[in-house]
Amino acid sequence: MTESTQEELAALTAAARDLLEDHCTPERLAASEGRTDLALWALLAEAGFTHVGIAEDAGGSGGGIVEAAALLGVAGEHAAPVPLAESTLLAGWLLALAGLPQPDGLATTGEGEVSARPVDGGYRLQGTVRRVPAARDAELVVVLARVDGDGAARLVVAAVPVAGTSLVEGHNVAGEQRDDVLLDLVVPDVVEVRAGTADELRLRGALSRSVLIAGALDRVLRLTVRYAGERRQFGRPLSAFQAVQQQVALLAAEAAAAHAAADGAVEQCARDGFATPASAFAVAAAKVRTAQAASTAAAIAHQVHGALGMTREHSLRFSTTRLWAWRSEWGSEAQWSQQLGRTAVAAGADGVWPLLVGA
Amino acid sequence: MTTVVEVPTTPAGVEAEVLRLRAEVRDFLREEQAAGRFTPRCDAWLAGWDESFSRRLAARGWLGMTLPAEYGGHGRSTLERYAVTEELLASGAPVAAHWFADRQIGPSLLRYGTEAQRRRYLPAIVRGECFFGIGMSEPDSGSDLASVRTRGTRTEGGWLVDGTKVWTSGAHHAHAFFVLARTAPLEEGGSRHAGLSQFVVPLDSPGVTIRPIELLTGEHHFNEVVLEGVFVPDDMVLGEIGDGWHQVTSELAFERSGPERFLSTYPLLAALVGALAERTDSDGQRDLGALLARLWTLRQRSLRIAASLAGGVAQEVPAALVKDLGTRFEVEVVEAARLLLDVEPDPGSATTLSRLLAEAVLHAPGFTIRGGTSEILRGLVARGVGVR
Repeated sequence: MTESTQEELAALTAAARDLLEDHCTPERLAASEGRTDLALWALLAEAGFTHVGIAEDAGGSGGGIVEAAALLGVAGEHAAPVPLAESTLLAGWLLALAGLPQPDGLATTGEGEVSARPVDGGYRLQGTVRRVPAARDAELVVVLARVDGDGAARLVVAAVPVAGTSLVEGHNVAGEQRDDVLLDLVVPDVVEVRAGTADELRLRGALSRSVLIAGALDRVLRLTVRYAGERRQFGRPLSAFQAVQQQVALLAAEAAAAHAAADGAVEQCARDGFATPASAFAVAAAKVRTAQAASTAAAIAHQVHGALGMTREHSLRFSTTRLWAWRSEWGSEAQWSQQLGRTAVAAGADGVWPLLVGA
Repeated sequence: MTTVVEVPTTPAGVEAEVLRLRAEVRDFLREEQAAGRFTPRCDAWLAGWDESFSRRLAARGWLGMTLPAEYGGHGRSTLERYAVTEELLASGAPVAAHWFADRQIGPSLLRYGTEAQRRRYLPAIVRGECFFGIGMSEPDSGSDLASVRTRGTRTEGGWLVDGTKVWTSGAHHAHAFFVLARTAPLEEGGSRHAGLSQFVVPLDSPGVTIRPIELLTGEHHFNEVVLEGVFVPDDMVLGEIGDGWHQVTSELAFERSGPERFLSTYPLLAALVGALAERTDSDGQRDLGALLARLWTLRQRSLRIAASLAGGVAQEVPAALVKDLGTRFEVEVVEAARLLLDVEPDPGSATTLSRLLAEAVLHAPGFTIRGGTSEILRGLVARGVGVR
């Protein structure tokens, strides 16, 4: 894993932005509603974006979570209807961790309860992986399963062809596919992974949503500033009203806070890995703060856009509905807040400060 | 504002040094508290004036940390100073005496001061022997700083300064203050920001009268400082005549983005954690977690700005964002403590929680006013994003 310079990161995001700007137009987003944009996916794959953050010798495009997060931020900003978080930070990572090849098609994953039991011809997998992005379009669902044995439970990764599972199709409030994957099948092989992998997957999932939210807030802010400048009432643009200016400033503050939170957590995890208490704290804090920002910012954006922003026709919804969806994925705001509070209380009055500063 | 990932600018080696420094400061603070030399309180950077504490910090090398050695400073990095400062604030230590001198006067003198001004003041600031105040606001000039009416009139060898400054913290104890004054009349259709200048004025100068402005609690931290024909020699002009607005604005970025803009009620937050730890249920943990997420994020943002300021990058809008969100957070801590705990606030209480809550309740309205009201800050942000 090599560290990119600021310039290399900027070049990566600029290239991704060029591609996504052309292909995530409001018309195209409306046309791919409820579906994965497979044509866009093919372009992203061709450009090497779908496996950023995965080492080249593991079949990826190189880079680490800083690079993957930079890319995801751009995807979030453009409301790209593709499971990029899954192919990079989540399923792609799990495959690389297990030493398994990246597929040509989509690989996806989610949180779930799956058991693996040794049987003739391999392992029987039973259980459900819930709310899996784009499962119906994917080639593989990457499953983290528990093998119950005599001693401590072991964790294994299995790359399961979606064709062998049954799906209960669903969507989040943005219309993105979130399918439950029901497993009851025998796979020839599984790969044992370290015990902390389930925790890390959950942290990575939360981090991916934080980064996506921060990106989406850029677009929400931009649209709102533009609309406030264009829309005239009482003979003046909305932006001439101090009440509106103050609201837009609050929206900008939330966007800035979301970036600070997501960037801070990405940096922390890139530096120390996911297994330290400071990283767990950072990811939880970032997930809560970006969820708070998503709620406040979406409300302000809609208020400034007035009734027009509530119509299906208006493109604001591509971002705000995603904010409403992502803030609840990979652990609700309530769950992560509770976890932060519990950690702090366990640390006590004198121990909470070292947690906050990570030292 | 929309950069996706900023690569950390921490030079190698600094991180280990920061860790070592933190441990040293924590040990020091434990000793001080154990010896009864201070009691943690809320808003201690305004209310905790303790010159001997400041001098003990100076003896450790923790004042004027970033100033160069040739002026008695310690040549430390911004991040090291940040670590020391936030440790002091989090512990509720009495840092008011040296606060302004250390935070903005030192850096301003270094940036705009003459060699003689630097030699006169910087070594004394570093030793904890010279304390400063700020003379920006006036009776008719609060948020609208460009409307100051204090006037500098040209006279032989210097300027005669007349006017009234208000909200000058610690003027009754401090040695000198920076005065923002109009030295050229407002021109019709000209910029309101032109014609302003800064003077360095010793507070024992002839013509200076200091009167207390008591807070609603009766505490005396703020003052009115009246200047009547105060002679300021040319060598006590700070920076360039006419460049005052630009200089003050760069000072404000230091003023608005630091950890004191979100840690004023931290001692209460820590006490809240302690109180929740004693409960057998998990009530309140979720609300606490939501607060900690905000605090953690504010710190990330503030740290980045500190690093950028050190690199000479203008940070007016980001600093305004930190101050608005940060001071709102300080008030949220008060509300959370009030709603989660069964405690009556009493400023004279022997119970720590009750006293801290009282201090926070009584000081809270000032958080979102001092250093630029939230409304003014949002105006700055609005202009920054293009709706104004």
